[in-house]
Amino acid sequence: MTTDILKNSIRFVVLILLQVLIIQNIRLGMYIILLPYVLFILMLPFETPRLLLLATSFFTGLVMDSFYDTLGLHTAACTLMGFSRYYLLKFISPRDGYEQGLKPVVEDMGFVWFLSYAGSLILIHHFYFFFLEVFRFGEILRTLLRILLSSIGTFSIIYLIQFLFYTKRRNR
Amino acid sequence: MRNLIAFFIKHNFLFVFLVLQGLCFVLMLRNRNYQGSRLFNSTNAAVAKAYETSANTKAYFSLREENDRLAKENAILKNYLKSNYAVLPLTEYKKNDTIYKQQYTYIDAKVVNASVNRRSNYLTLNAGSSMGVGRDMAVVHPEGIVGIVKAVSSNYASVMSILHKDVRVNCQLKKDGSYGPLIWDGKDYRYCLLTDIPTHARMKKGDTVITSELSGIFPEGIMVGTVESYERRQNEPFYTVTVKLSVDLKKANHVYIVKNKFKTERDSLEKLSQTQNDD
Repeated sequence: MTTDILKNSIRFVVLILLQVLIIQNIRLGMYIILLPYVLFILMLPFETPRLLLLATSFFTGLVMDSFYDTLGLHTAACTLMGFSRYYLLKFISPRDGYEQGLKPVVEDMGFVWFLSYAGSLILIHHFYFFFLEVFRFGEILRTLLRILLSSIGTFSIIYLIQFLFYTKRRNR
Repeated sequence: MRNLIAFFIKHNFLFVFLVLQGLCFVLMLRNRNYQGSRLFNSTNAAVAKAYETSANTKAYFSLREENDRLAKENAILKNYLKSNYAVLPLTEYKKNDTIYKQQYTYIDAKVVNASVNRRSNYLTLNAGSSMGVGRDMAVVHPEGIVGIVKAVSSNYASVMSILHKDVRVNCQLKKDGSYGPLIWDGKDYRYCLLTDIPTHARMKKGDTVITSELSGIFPEGIMVGTVESYERRQNEPFYTVTVKLSVDLKKANHVYIVKNKFKTERDSLEKLSQTQNDD
């Protein structure tokens, strides 16, 4: 339990720093905005109590907002993401629940599972995020294009991170 | 009432979520109207520190460009130095109200190739005739002299280093002005020889050697080095002084090419008087 908290805290710091110090400086134009920090919420353990999940998501968003000077924006999107995660996991869970010791990562759950899990949550997050950001429906086509391209970009980076850091054990 | 509370407790997840979402919207709207919260923005100490560290790190990647820019700026500023302007006789220029006329201009250049270990050493600079560089111009470094331009192409200049067997630069002791040619004996790239200093000159180790106006190429008073040792030549009333060069020619990166605007005038005059003498 304690190691879980420690691990997640470290992952939190690393992902935030990755986001604000490196990813933020990658400018791919208007339509692709990469937000791979959401991996933190994706990778919280299956057993996380749902209220704690909400609180953590809220806090993550708040920290991101502090860096981006967009108070409330990331927070709202992250909170929605945490909220959806609970129901999504319930919805796609195996009949007899998740096995003890498994983590929501590609390595444990397989690519197809991870694609549907992370993909839909990233889409929810980005959808909410970009619509709140423009705050109007006039530019709906452009916003939708941004959501789609950014989600693909974010998912690619998240998959890359998983590929780089969480596939070692299988090789042993 | 109890039913209501029970309802809230049953659906606490949903209600906490809704409350948090409401909070987010309040924050967003507040943030739109005025400065918003002082704690959660990028002026927050931790956030600002992270950004500062990031900016400092990024600055390292552009040091090269920054350096180039500063060198360029230095060259421009050097053009304004009063010592580069020669005082002209007042009578002649009174009408124009021009007291000072610029004699030396500086062009900044980067050393793209250099050697110090041959007997005749050359440097290549990335400034050429398109930037106004011409033959026989002096090349100096903020710490000392470097050499004399030998050949130019449109974008590059080849410079005979002072570590060249044919280069002689007239230098003088700063203390009393006794002068002589500075040559290189090909032994150590850190030392040159200042020959023909009359024996009545008093000097000691550490005395400064500067360029002399007599060189006709270098502006007067540019640092060359310091006296390391000296000895009297046999049967001649002259000292040979070993000068420790103040500039490390192995490390010279940015140099300035000095253009003497009066050089043509001076040369043609000297030539003229010489030919008249010969006749």
